[in-house]
Amino acid sequence: MTTAAGTPSDRSVLPATERYTVLGWLRRNLFSDLLNSLLTIVALAFVFFIARLLLRWAFVNAEWGVIPANFNLIMRGQYPAVEAWRLWLIIYLLGAVVGVMWRLISGQFSGAARVLIAIPFVLMLIPFFSMGTRLNLLITAVASGVGYAIAGYLPIQRRGRAAAYLLLAYLLVMLILLRGVGAEEGPMPPVQPILWGGLLLSLLLAFFGITLSFPLGVLLALGRQSKLPAIRVISVVYIEFIRGVPLISLLFMGQVMLQLFLPDGFPLVDRVLRALVAITLFSAAYTAENVRGGLQSISRGQYEAAQALGLSTYQSTMHIILPQALRAVIPVLVGQFISLFKDTTLVALVGIFDLLGIARTIIANPDWLGTQPEVFAFIAVLFWIFSYSMSYASRRIEQRLGVGER
Amino acid sequence: MQEIHASQVRPPFYRDERVLGIFSQLLVVIIVVGLGLFFYSNMITGLREKHNVAISFSFLGQAAGFDIGESLIEYSRERTYLRAFVVGLLNTFQVAFLGIIFATALGIVIGVMRLSTNFLVSRIASIYIDIFRNIPLLVLLIFWAQAVFLKLPRVAEAIILPGPIFLSNRGVAIPWGIPTDSWGTFLLVLGAGIVLGAVVSYLLREQGKRTGRMPLITLWFLLTVAAVGLVGWIVLPQPVTLDQPFLEGFNTKGGKILSQQFMALLSGLIIYTAAFIAEVVRAGIQSVSKGQREAATSLGLNPAQTLRLIIFPQALRVIIPPLTSQYLNLTKNSSLAIAIGYPDLFAVAGNTILNQTGREIEMFTMIMGTYLSLSLLTSLLMNIYNRRIRLVER
Repeated sequence: MTTAAGTPSDRSVLPATERYTVLGWLRRNLFSDLLNSLLTIVALAFVFFIARLLLRWAFVNAEWGVIPANFNLIMRGQYPAVEAWRLWLIIYLLGAVVGVMWRLISGQFSGAARVLIAIPFVLMLIPFFSMGTRLNLLITAVASGVGYAIAGYLPIQRRGRAAAYLLLAYLLVMLILLRGVGAEEGPMPPVQPILWGGLLLSLLLAFFGITLSFPLGVLLALGRQSKLPAIRVISVVYIEFIRGVPLISLLFMGQVMLQLFLPDGFPLVDRVLRALVAITLFSAAYTAENVRGGLQSISRGQYEAAQALGLSTYQSTMHIILPQALRAVIPVLVGQFISLFKDTTLVALVGIFDLLGIARTIIANPDWLGTQPEVFAFIAVLFWIFSYSMSYASRRIEQRLGVGER
Repeated sequence: MQEIHASQVRPPFYRDERVLGIFSQLLVVIIVVGLGLFFYSNMITGLREKHNVAISFSFLGQAAGFDIGESLIEYSRERTYLRAFVVGLLNTFQVAFLGIIFATALGIVIGVMRLSTNFLVSRIASIYIDIFRNIPLLVLLIFWAQAVFLKLPRVAEAIILPGPIFLSNRGVAIPWGIPTDSWGTFLLVLGAGIVLGAVVSYLLREQGKRTGRMPLITLWFLLTVAAVGLVGWIVLPQPVTLDQPFLEGFNTKGGKILSQQFMALLSGLIIYTAAFIAEVVRAGIQSVSKGQREAATSLGLNPAQTLRLIIFPQALRVIIPPLTSQYLNLTKNSSLAIAIGYPDLFAVAGNTILNQTGREIEMFTMIMGTYLSLSLLTSLLMNIYNRRIRLVER
């Protein structure tokens, strides 16, 4: 750039920024004319009514004792209490991995990092937690700090790849810790997946559902856009079939019929695994449609340019088309992942004790009769926190990548 | 120098795109067909050896032998499985139809509220959307069923709303019309009104084409039908009598009683889907560029005309496709009725009939076929609609 043209001179006048006093703001946003004032008053009355109803229930009528009494059940279901240390170890490791990954990918200790590191400390404030739980949370926070600090000294060239390997390694260790190895009397006896439950299981189902359905969905989307007719037809039939039926029918089918399709003498597939298969196959079809939207948004010129450069189909797909297509559909994909997370509740209907399944057993317990509002409100809030943070994070990522701006 | 054309140099066959294309297709087809055959043969042998049955739909003619809580058509336990299946299907249609109407109305209201310049109003709408889009529908449904409708007072202490509408833990009793002898005649009159309305709108459209000023055709159509209907209502001896519910002992009598399960399912679906529809509506209205509104104003159109002729038709083009997919979602989501005991298609067929007969393959074929044809039909209509309203580009 030459300096001759376009440098803003000091005398150029910036547009006036609007400044309101409190009254001015109120007037402009709430009482600009008669109709608006009327609306404001009606809305205020409505808010007041709802807030009073909710607050009165939450602080006067609700019997919250049911939550602390069943807290372990809600968090980890029937996972044996003696083996709970394994879950804590998984959480420590998660803290450490998050710390390392943050250093590798973002490299700076910014606002979102502060929020993440604050989570364990905020959780420590929950009144009914025991000292042991608080100590465990503290260790998690320390682990993530240590991870962050150590990662700064690692002589790593390809940070993205290192992060991917780290994640894979973590997944493996997590599964081994969860499932256990060795004999029944050994130091880490196996715990059958049907005993995993509560929030633990909901998060696991969502996590593995997302990681398994994503590659399948991308493949299906590419298949649907392919020039090869046989591959295209198979992809279209699969996608349209799955999108046409409700998830619950796939889940029931998985429970009732999966075994029928397998050869005689094939070992019985675990109930939780059957549900995971159904969720993955279901979600992949929706992911495929979302990714297809991204593929269609890429101009022909990109394909032609890649071809002109001599890239093979595989190379141009992996290095030119997919990166752009996926970036364009990040918000939609996250929306799809959120709905997958919410859909994991359906496994409660096929006899699996995820967060919702556990909630239903708690209210069926004679000791806690009539606590349906409290229990369901609590798990609804839990679900809400996770879904909302996912959608919030996606909005932030979207801003950073500049989707829709470039 | 000898010239070599690119077309003369053939790549080796293993790098020839055409050969690779055919080869990879063959591979995929073989894998898919092979897997399909593998599953199918396992299933057939499994069925023959373990259960000693073959696939057959003849059991549908047998007596069902179970009761269904609510039904739109006449049903009893002596009727066939097929009849029970249809009862479930109609219940699904009923809840989906009402759900779609109310969810659309609520969704439009909230979507428009979200765009209001009034800070408080738009905040309320966005809080509503943020809350209900992030809670699983199943949790919401069970919450409504077990924490709201089950907790309503007993019938004797029912909450009475004007109407009268009785809210109690047995369900909701509302006033309902009972058709009298002249109801059939009234329907005929209404039919005649619709025919007349169609004629009127045809004439108006022709006139509009001639003069270049299109009248409000839909409005005139509705007015004609309403006028004919009103005449019929007055002339005929009371086609419908109003039946109001009232308390009698420990129960409500009269009117129509909407069961607790039905109400929980319906309200859960409405509240959940409305949040999604609100976002669709908002995105649609915002998609019309500001320039369109400004251009309309500078052409001298008044605000109402701008909305009707410029903003609305363009917003609709964006709104309709995602709206349809929300309708489909609502219909498929109504299968969660099984969690709260409302006898919809899935609860009747996938649970009760399946458990009684053990006919997994037949029942799942029927259930999935039904849902699938419903959604394929909708997407077919959608594609036709999309082609009609597509922007005609240069």
